This record gives sequence, structure tokens and C-alpha cells, in this order.
Amino acid sequence: MRVYLDNNATTIVDPHVFEEMEPFFVQKYGNPNSLHQFASDTHKPLKEAMQKIYAGIHAPNEDSVVITSCATESNNWVFKSIYFDYILTGRKNHIIISEVEHPSVIACARFLESKGCKVTYLPINSEGIIEAHTVSAFITDKTALVSIMWVNNETGAIFPIHEIGEICKAKGVLFHTDAVQAIGKVPVDVQLANVDYLTMSAHKFHGPKGVGALYIKKGKELTPLFHGGSQMGGLRSGTLNVAGIVGMGKAMEQAIDSLDFEMHDVKELRDRLEDAVLAIKDTFVVTPREKRASNTILVSFRGVEGEAMLWDLNRQGIAASTGSACASEDLESNPVMEAIGAEADLAHTAIRFSLSRYTTSEEIDFVIDAVNTAVERLRGISSSYAYAPEGHESGLSVGH
Amino acid sequence: MGIDSLIGGTIWDEYSDKVTQLMANPKNMGEITEEQAAAMGAKLIVADFGAESCGDAVRLYWAVTPNDDIIVESKFKSFGCGTAIASSDTMAELCKGKSVDEAVKITNIDVEKAMRDTPDKPAVPPQKMHCSVMAYDVIKKAAAQYKGVDAASFEAEIIVCECARISLSTLREVIRINELTTIEQITDYTKAGAFCKSCIRPGGHEAKDIYLVDLLAEYEKEKLALIADAGDSVSFAQMTIVQRIKAVDKVIDENIRQMLIMDGGNMEILDIKENGSNFDIYIRYLGACSGCASSSTGTLYAIEATLKERLDENIRVIPL
Ligand SMILES: Cc1ncc(COP(=O)(O)O)c(C=O)c1O
Repeated sequence: MRVYLDNNATTIVDPHVFEEMEPFFVQKYGNPNSLHQFASDTHKPLKEAMQKIYAGIHAPNEDSVVITSCATESNNWVFKSIYFDYILTGRKNHIIISEVEHPSVIACARFLESKGCKVTYLPINSEGIIEAHTVSAFITDKTALVSIMWVNNETGAIFPIHEIGEICKAKGVLFHTDAVQAIGKVPVDVQLANVDYLTMSAHKFHGPKGVGALYIKKGKELTPLFHGGSQMGGLRSGTLNVAGIVGMGKAMEQAIDSLDFEMHDVKELRDRLEDAVLAIKDTFVVTPREKRASNTILVSFRGVEGEAMLWDLNRQGIAASTGSACASEDLESNPVMEAIGAEADLAHTAIRFSLSRYTTSEEIDFVIDAVNTAVERLRGISSSYAYAPEGHESGLSVGH
Repeated sequence: MGIDSLIGGTIWDEYSDKVTQLMANPKNMGEITEEQAAAMGAKLIVADFGAESCGDAVRLYWAVTPNDDIIVESKFKSFGCGTAIASSDTMAELCKGKSVDEAVKITNIDVEKAMRDTPDKPAVPPQKMHCSVMAYDVIKKAAAQYKGVDAASFEAEIIVCECARISLSTLREVIRINELTTIEQITDYTKAGAFCKSCIRPGGHEAKDIYLVDLLAEYEKEKLALIADAGDSVSFAQMTIVQRIKAVDKVIDENIRQMLIMDGGNMEILDIKENGSNFDIYIRYLGACSGCASSSTGTLYAIEATLKERLDENIRVIPL
């Protein structure tokens, strides 16, 4: 059996999505901007897809949802254009982000920092959550942007976006949220949440890879990152990724249709897995269940190093993660574990299981067995549970 | 960059088969109790290194027979990734049957080599080399415990890059002789910094007393001081090696190099050695010069004559 529990890294493409995309490779391959029937063939499907995407986040037609190549591009666009439009011009000199943003936000903030912009990295609380009042405490009249993710990719923690949106609106500060992990897992409404910019990525909700979007509220348009042939209303040039947009539209529609299923049925499976792993002694989960997206668990097994656990799980056919995919080649501990102030001994033991609407009950049973086997084997090897003669002063707790 | 850097692979694909097997079935994983050691007529040594909070930790058990200091049994327990487990296992294996003095000589490089499938292909990817260092450190701790001395006493030199075992003195020398100015150059010349990267600058996996960036800064300062001192005319014989190389380079730059380059060649200074009262300057011809017959006669004479005139009568130029 092969079980995929790494859905926060990427998801399987929904077969209906794939089916809708297929005609746009060998039949309807026209460039939408040309003047002939091949081009016209793409217009209606593109328009419908855009409507689905707008509907999915409840964006009014007057606002823009610009299709990009990925969430990383969307995030880069916001930060770099804020730099051009506000920082470089000397109008503002400060941005606020959380300390647990995805690297595509953190690295942008660091880049702006290197260009002289001040950055506040807001801390999370012991439950792994950003408290809205901390945002308000750091906003000054020089703050150009607040960027706080909607759902954290590591823990699944849901951040108080509505409250933060309220605060930013009241203080007249631009508000961006990276909602990559929120789409299809929690209700996302850009109007209710008062966001100015919102990032998404199709491959995180059963759409294709290489398609993202940036929602931009009317009147908050940013300098384009891609100049060129004026596609996407001149906001983002480049020949439209027709199949990708169609796929994202369908994926969004499916995500909205299955939101209830995600929030109840997937949650039930997740909770069952969580109960079972917590039944293993010396096991810890950060962020209480009700404050988390329904598909995610970040769990620590004391004495079991994360990569070793992944290796044992992989041998049994199970895909999980120790952190964000791009960082998992790194030697360092899970950044969220550090930010949370978890016991230092647990920093390298975090394992993330992320389910999807494709996860089955049988798969969860299989994973529960496999986790027990792996933890037992690795704790058997682990120095954390090893014999020491009487009077032996353990040298294992001091850092080197 | 380049094609191999653009799309990451999984580090697991770079593990040797031996590493993979040891991860699945470590042979020496286990414990030795006081009773078991006593039954072997041996003394039990239990040494720890690392910390869970750093990502890897190991506990090494030795049963050592006191009359001959032989490690008759050696086992480990380890918190860490698969390569940490495989390295610990290999380390425990290498200790078996050796005397404590011999075991202390086992380095992380021996451990890594023992895990290779073929002699010339590394057993683990560079960022995992670090795991074998822990295996080395714990041996020193165990030996120190057995002998009742401090573990640091086994280390004759200050090691800056533990993964590649490059000492402070080697690094200082290589940086000066080759006038290195970047981390990449240091890594190319010595392999220091190629592995876990902790030694490059603060903020890495492990805190260090001295980093490669410090050494570059130190050399940079020294060069500035040299330039500042250049006004004072010290004789060639009084110069430091760096000053000598600089002085020779300067003369060649001003008088010779242009001529060589026009002919499509060039030269580099390899070393300057004092040989009795002579200064032997080793050079190498590059490009067109290297195959040119006059490079060992006419050109060589011109170089030597110029250097003698400008710097010191006792200079001899030796092409390699
Ligand atoms: C929260 C978050 N933001 C951004 C990204 C980047 O998405 P993409 O791969 O589309 O650039 C990810 C994916 O790992 C993510 O989890």
C-alpha cells in the first residue's frame, strides 16, 4: 500500500480537473490574444474558469484576480511592488509579517530588509497562533504592509485573518494574506476578511502545478512584476496558461463544493489518526484541533528524529514531511517548533501528516500501524531511551 | 549553478547501499550493562555526545579489558537521522578489537570511508558528513573517560572544519599562499566548508569558536596592513612570504606579464622557498608559454634578470 499524507506540499490533481484541462493541449491550443478561431475557442472556458475562481474567494467583479505561475510569484509580486511603490519612493519604510510565514514571504521580507526596509517578525503564541493584537501594536504611520498567512503550512494553525483585516483597514495599512493552505479547508471570503491582496496556488487544492493567483482589491493595484504584452489587463504579462487557468477554475469549484466534506469527513479521519498517535506515550501535538485546518497534524515523538521517522515511514509506503518541502533537505529543525518555544529536545522530532479528501479510512488504519512500528523501532535505537549504568551523568542534554 | 543544481534530488538517493542497509539493520545497536561487562572481565565505559536539541546524539558503550586496554565489545544507541545511525554503527564496529589508543585515531573520515560501496564514491551527501563527526567525537569522550583525561587532550590542533578535518593552521597557510578571498575558493582548495557548512559563518547548524569568514577577514586585514607598509622599503630577505609573493607578482605584472599575454600565454607563481642563501621562485607557464621552447631559455632569462635587478641578487627562477 502507498499512502500519501503530504497534501500540504502538493495534492493529487482531481481527475475532473485533468479532464477539463486536456482539450487545451492538442485541440484548443490557440493563444487567447490572437485574432482567429483558435483563440476564440479558449475565451469561454477561460471566462468560466475566472468566474469560478472569483466565486471561490467571493471577489467582486471590479477587483482583480490575476493568474500567476505559482504562489511564490504572487508573494514576490506583492513584496517587490510594495518596495517599488512605497519604500523606494520614501512614502513608507516598514512592513509586518509573522515569523512563521512560508519561505516565499520570509525571503522577500529579508530581501526588502537588505534594501533598507524595516521588517517586524511577529511571534506566534504557544499554540502556534498569531494574536491579532500583536499586529496592532506594531503598526506605525510608516507601515506599508501587513502580511500574515491564513493557515500555517506546518501546523495547520488558522490565524485570525478577519480581526487582522479589521485592524489594518482601521489603520489604513495594506493587508496581504498568503491563503495557499486555506483554500478548500476553511471558508475564504476576501470581502468579509478585508484583505487587499490574497495569494493562492492551484496545486494545493487538487489543481495543476505552476498556476497561482493574486487577488488585488480595486484601487490597490501594484506595479507589475512582469512587463510585456499586456495580458491580464497589463497587470501580469505573458501568454495565458490556458490549460492551467481552466484547471485552477475547476479545482476551485471542486474545492468549494467539498469544503463541508473537508471540514467534517476529512477532519474525522485526521482526528482518528491524531487520537491514535497521541495514544503512543511521549507524543505531542501543537495547536489545539479546533484551531487548526481539518487536514493537518504536526506531531512530535520524543526520541525519534524526524528524518529517521520519514525514512521508516517511506519504507512502509507512507509519504509525510518534517517541514516545508523546500526546507526538508536542510539540517535545521522545524522553524515552527522553534518559534512555538517547544521543548528544545523536540525541535528535531516534528512530523507533519496532511490529509486530503482523497485519504481513505483504510489508509488511516494502515498509517496508524506503520507509525507504531516505526516509533517502536526508532525508540529502540534511540539514545533518548537508552540504558545507562547507575551514576552515569548523561551528557546528552547539553548542546554541542 | 548548472544543470545539476537546478532541480534538487532527494538526499536519500545519495546514500550508499551500505548506509541504507545499516539504517535498516544497525549491527551494533544495543547496550552493554555493568553485569555484561563484568562477565567479559571488562570495564564498562558509557560516553555521550550531542544533544537531541541539536538534531543528533549518540551514546557509546565499550567493554574494555583493563590488562591490555582492548575494546572487546562496542555498542551504540543514537538519536538522529539514518546517516547518524549508520555512522554510529560503523564507528562502533571500527572500535571493536582495537586498543583504546588505536580507537582514538579513528576519524569521521575513516567512518565515512568504511560506509562507501566503492572507494571513490562518497557514502553520504555533503550535508550529511556532519553525522560522522559525532561518531568521532564520542570515541574521544569514551577514551578520555577510560583514561581519566580531558577529551580535548586527544586533539593536537584546532580543527575549524570538523567534517573535512581541516585545521586552523592549514587554513591560514592555504589562504595566505593562494591569496584566497572567497569561501568558495577555500572550499575548492581544502574542502573546508563543503559539508555541513557550520564552519562558514555563525548561524549554521553548530556554533564554532572560529569561522572561515573570520579567517578571510583576518587575511584581508593583513593585506591592508601590507599595503600600508609598502612605503617602507624592506629588503626582499626581510619580507614575509606573503610580501615576497606580492613583491614578485608586482615586478612581473609591471615588466613581464604584458609581454607574455601578447603572445597568448601567462605565468603564475607557485611558491618561494629559501634555499641556503638563494631564493628559489617556482613558476608555471600558462597558455601558449607552456609549450614554447623559449620559455625555458630566453623568457626565463628575462624573468630572472628582472627579478634579480629589482628585488634580490640571489633569486633563481625555476619553471615547473
Ligand atoms: C503557505 C504557502 N505559501 C506559499 C507556498 C508556495 O507555493 P508555490 O509552490 O505555488 O509557489 C506554499 C507551498 O509550499 C505554502 O505552503
